[in-house]
Amino acid sequence: MKTVYFDCNATTPVRPEVFEAMRPFLSADGEYGNPSSLHTVGQRAHAALEAAREKVAALLGAADASEIVFTSSGTEADNMAIVGAAFAHRERGRHIVTSAVEHHAVLHTCEYLEKEHGFQVTRLPVDRQGRVSAEDLKRAIRPDTILVSIMAANNEIGTIEPTAELGAVCREKRILFHTDAVQAAGKMSLDLKNSPVDMAAISGHKIYAPKGIGALYIRRGVRLHALLHGGAHEKNRRAGTENVPGAAALGAACDLARREMPKEEPRIRALRDRLEKGILSGVPAVFLNGHPTERLGNTTNLTFEYVEGESLVLALDQAGFALKKSDLPGVEVSTGSACASGLLEPSHVLKAIGVPPEHIHGSVRFSLGHFNSDKDVDSALEIIPAAVDRLRKMSPLWEDRAPSPSGKG
Amino acid sequence: MYSPKVMDHFQNPRNVGELADADAMGKAASSTCGDILRLYLKFKDGRVVQSTFKTFGCGAAIAMSSVLTEIVVGKTADELKAVTNVQVAEALGGLPPIKMHCSVLAEEALKSALEDLAQRNRSAA
Repeated sequence: MKTVYFDCNATTPVRPEVFEAMRPFLSADGEYGNPSSLHTVGQRAHAALEAAREKVAALLGAADASEIVFTSSGTEADNMAIVGAAFAHRERGRHIVTSAVEHHAVLHTCEYLEKEHGFQVTRLPVDRQGRVSAEDLKRAIRPDTILVSIMAANNEIGTIEPTAELGAVCREKRILFHTDAVQAAGKMSLDLKNSPVDMAAISGHKIYAPKGIGALYIRRGVRLHALLHGGAHEKNRRAGTENVPGAAALGAACDLARREMPKEEPRIRALRDRLEKGILSGVPAVFLNGHPTERLGNTTNLTFEYVEGESLVLALDQAGFALKKSDLPGVEVSTGSACASGLLEPSHVLKAIGVPPEHIHGSVRFSLGHFNSDKDVDSALEIIPAAVDRLRKMSPLWEDRAPSPSGKG
Repeated sequence: MYSPKVMDHFQNPRNVGELADADAMGKAASSTCGDILRLYLKFKDGRVVQSTFKTFGCGAAIAMSSVLTEIVVGKTADELKAVTNVQVAEALGGLPPIKMHCSVLAEEALKSALEDLAQRNRSAA
């Protein structure tokens, strides 16, 4: 039984086209060369690496492929941007501005600079929909601010940040602006050459390339310290023999994303909308977390009141069993509930948008992608109401709930 | 991350529901995670003959509640006093360390039920 995979913001399967693009670089009789070598097989690897770089640059709308540096992950790209910029510009100041809803790759990197290197970090609040305001950013900027890092789109709720506006504020004040575009890339069009963005991080495995490859866009002229020291790879910006198969895969994935976006974005959005509307109308006591419109087309984050998220994730995963219908597929999703986190901490994103703890407890993120179909949404709309109902019947809070005026629960 | 036994009790929870003619009801709420457990006990001739639960919580909390309703049957109030969270966790084939607090919830619900029983006995006397 094929599962219904609605966790594409966590990771995506490698697309067959992407797998084929990297295959030659993984076989002993293929393109195993080191791009730094002068011989033929090395130069072919070098050419493949540069071709991949062009494709990444095209998806991001970079002015030049040389503005792309391959990394091991989106996390490394965020680290490189933030630590690299902080170290390169610390003589000008030690103040960094970020937001409360960033991914941990940004938040914990800023925290590290704060704790270990004497930087000061301002974390901007967000509104109920998860948006940072340019006014708040203006107020937070100080004479010693050297870097602002605000994500392009949020991984948990999908809210799209006003990066053009925020970047413009930074440009006016001559402050570097980095954006974590890990969730945005491939899901919305980006045009970095015409945007006030100095650095942008992306990750391969969110866009149908394998884990272990990412990239950082660094606008020409932006000075960063390297995190990894060694050979002259990536124009001295990131030492370590390049991950040629990974880069080839990322290039292929970016190329597919760029070419298919005009058709795929609306298709996935329509599936997401049907799923969301179906749940909101078919299950009582559910509401949306995040922005109704300024949101990635693939993401919906819903709170199911009176249900705990981890148990709902497990129940949906084992839907056939739990609902005594072996022909039902499992539905794979994720939750912001503390019970599902390694540190028993509820989602910092939902907390920041003002969702009360009991509602974070019942939050579930559905994130769709390329491999989802109408059939998946049909299955999910059959499974979800039944799974929620089953857990609610076990919940003492459901029996005790105050009756709502609509009588819907 | 869960043992097959935890998943079994999560998928097929035993004894879900309220018990209208229960002799004791215990409540526990976790300050760690916000999970809530209600445990119902019915006694006959000094021993538990039936137990049910209602739980708002994660997979571990639900499985823990379910196995607890099995553990308590046949025991006297004194024997129930000796039941510990570790015993409940062991009955499930162990829990991930981060989920041990769910077993504490079970022990607390049981203690709360025993207090309720004592209170009811005092009122009846």
